[in-house]
Amino acid sequence: MERSDELASVVLSKQAPLGEDINVSEYCETTEERTYQEELSSLDEEDRLRMREVGIEASEEGRSGTFVQMDHSVIHEGSHQEGLEIMDITLALEKYDWLRDYFWKAVPVDTDKYTATVQSRPHHGYFIRALPGVETTLPLQACLFIGREGLAQYVHNVIIAEEGSKLDIITGCATARHVKGSLHVGVSEFYIKPRAKVSFTMIHSWAEEVVVRPRTTSVVEEEGVFLSNYICLKPVKSLQMYPTTKLVGQGAMARYNSILYAHTNSYLDVGSRVYLSAHCTRAEILARTISSGGKIIARGHLIGEIPEVKAHLECRGLILKDGVIHAIPELEGRVAGVDMSHEAAVGKIAQEEIEYLMAKGLSGSEAIATIVRGFMDVGIMGLPAPLTQEIDKAIKSCEREIF
Amino acid sequence: MLTVRDLHVEVAGREILKGIDIEIREGETCILFGPNGGGKTSLLLALMGFSNYQVTKGEIVFKGEVINDLPINERAKRGIGISMQRPPVVRGVKTRQMVEIASDGQADAKELAHQLDLIEFLDRDINLGFSGGEIKRSELLQLLAQSPDLVLLDEPESGVDLENIALVGKVINKLLEKYLHRKRKKAGLIITHTGHILDYLEADKGYVLFDGQIGCQGNPREILEDIRRRGYEACTICRR
Ligand SMILES: Nc1ncnc2c1ncn2[C@@H]1O[C@H](COP(=O)(O)OP(=O)(O)O)[C@@H](O)[C@H]1O
Ligand SMILES: [Mg+2]
Repeated sequence: MERSDELASVVLSKQAPLGEDINVSEYCETTEERTYQEELSSLDEEDRLRMREVGIEASEEGRSGTFVQMDHSVIHEGSHQEGLEIMDITLALEKYDWLRDYFWKAVPVDTDKYTATVQSRPHHGYFIRALPGVETTLPLQACLFIGREGLAQYVHNVIIAEEGSKLDIITGCATARHVKGSLHVGVSEFYIKPRAKVSFTMIHSWAEEVVVRPRTTSVVEEEGVFLSNYICLKPVKSLQMYPTTKLVGQGAMARYNSILYAHTNSYLDVGSRVYLSAHCTRAEILARTISSGGKIIARGHLIGEIPEVKAHLECRGLILKDGVIHAIPELEGRVAGVDMSHEAAVGKIAQEEIEYLMAKGLSGSEAIATIVRGFMDVGIMGLPAPLTQEIDKAIKSCEREIF
Repeated sequence: MLTVRDLHVEVAGREILKGIDIEIREGETCILFGPNGGGKTSLLLALMGFSNYQVTKGEIVFKGEVINDLPINERAKRGIGISMQRPPVVRGVKTRQMVEIASDGQADAKELAHQLDLIEFLDRDINLGFSGGEIKRSELLQLLAQSPDLVLLDEPESGVDLENIALVGKVINKLLEKYLHRKRKKAGLIITHTGHILDYLEADKGYVLFDGQIGCQGNPREILEDIRRRGYEACTICRR
């Protein structure tokens, strides 16, 4: 038995410190394999539409590579650009012995019952790598899709940006339209080498009874940059994640942007954490949260471990009706000479703003829609144009439900 | 175009306007003078329909229709536009978008912004970090886009630096169709505390709003002369 299997077996019942404790055995662990698709266009139109809502283009137009996992099967994979790899993690582990040096190194396997369960159950997930100096011309896309009611989907992803490379990734996670409840547990480990840059945009679109437990850690070396954008606007029963970045190389930088929307009966406990552990590292966490009846816990944690680091955390919450938004920003300076700040505001839409827009000609509801859309302003994310378009699309696709 | 009859307005339960009568005809420009705290801003916001400014008595008649109960956007649709003294910041909503909203997508934002020297402001969040003068120009930009028949301006010259005051004057003249001498339709109600705006603009009528009531009315230049000579204190004496 491998060491990680041993560790996993010990902690299979270890509760996570945050989020409702989930009994994973209530979810179905096996399902029939799905067939590999040479062309994603052969998928059901309904599934393709769902994928499009989370930024996944079935035509692969405008993408330099694709990975799609449906339930427990990898149904499509492949890169169109030299120097970029995107493939099933199980195949990658067979192909590259050295990948073991990355597997479970950023996220310890014994973190909690969810990480342990991923290790102890059959799983896939994606492996993405940019070779040294290679830059994605078009973003890569990775899709984790659940098509079966009541299924538990476990994935383990490893992303490696080698020295001086540049990776733009869109990850879209969704359930098929007919799926109401399921469990998604995803482990993601990012390794960003010196002077590499990763833009990672993740769009989630789940359903009323879906439970989601991502476990993500990124390690950023000298002058490396990690930009993470997270969008979750659709209903979800319970989502808890606290992605963490460790800035271990001098001049490394991380930025987290998230836009969260909690519908009635949705519970989102989402944070971002950055360890500033090397000289001149910088971090920024920006969260925009909206509730129309659900509960959001918006966390943020900056840990300044050495002097001359700079970090800022900003969390804004908008309660449209009957919702709860609980912002918990934490600054932890462990030495003198750190420069860290935060700004948090939770409130409702100001009547004054609505009336200002009405004076320019908008109806009351148009004014509210404009304010909410402005509040979610994706412009703050500073993304390359194609990614901004994906997020805009995601927001538009759910506007009908929101307003 | 606008007739205000015996208008009483309450703000936060306190009566601020106590029976205002105003008449503005098509093509006319009226100046509203008055000391700080006299109720000038409240009058404009009440005319526009802002919810904090409750009409408790009297009538606002615009183009022959009583508009007391119309929502703000309906008043805007019928042709009333306002430049606010302290408009709010709306995060994520860009100045360019405001021009689109005000013109219902008809205006060329860049061209209009150029006229007001606001090109660099088009992609900024509206009013966020704008100086006093920039707010005035941005409000005028939106009014140009909207092209209302009745323009309500709240102290359009205050906070505007010398460089831009002539520009602001020019745009107001344009909004009010001052270049037309016969078929002028646009009307305006312009608040000024200092009267400086009259250096850039011809007006037809002046009102002094004092303590929630119209103290006097007449030729705006004569009124301004009087205010400059005797100050607003004279209004107290006048009222007795
Ligand atoms: N939103 C408000 N809430 C409370 N009081 C207000 C508000 N707006 C105006 N007032 C009060 O109404 C009076 C008139 O104010 P305002 O209309 O701004 O006068 P002016 O524009 O002539 O200086 C003042 O006493 C002011 O404090
Ligand atoms: Mg005023």
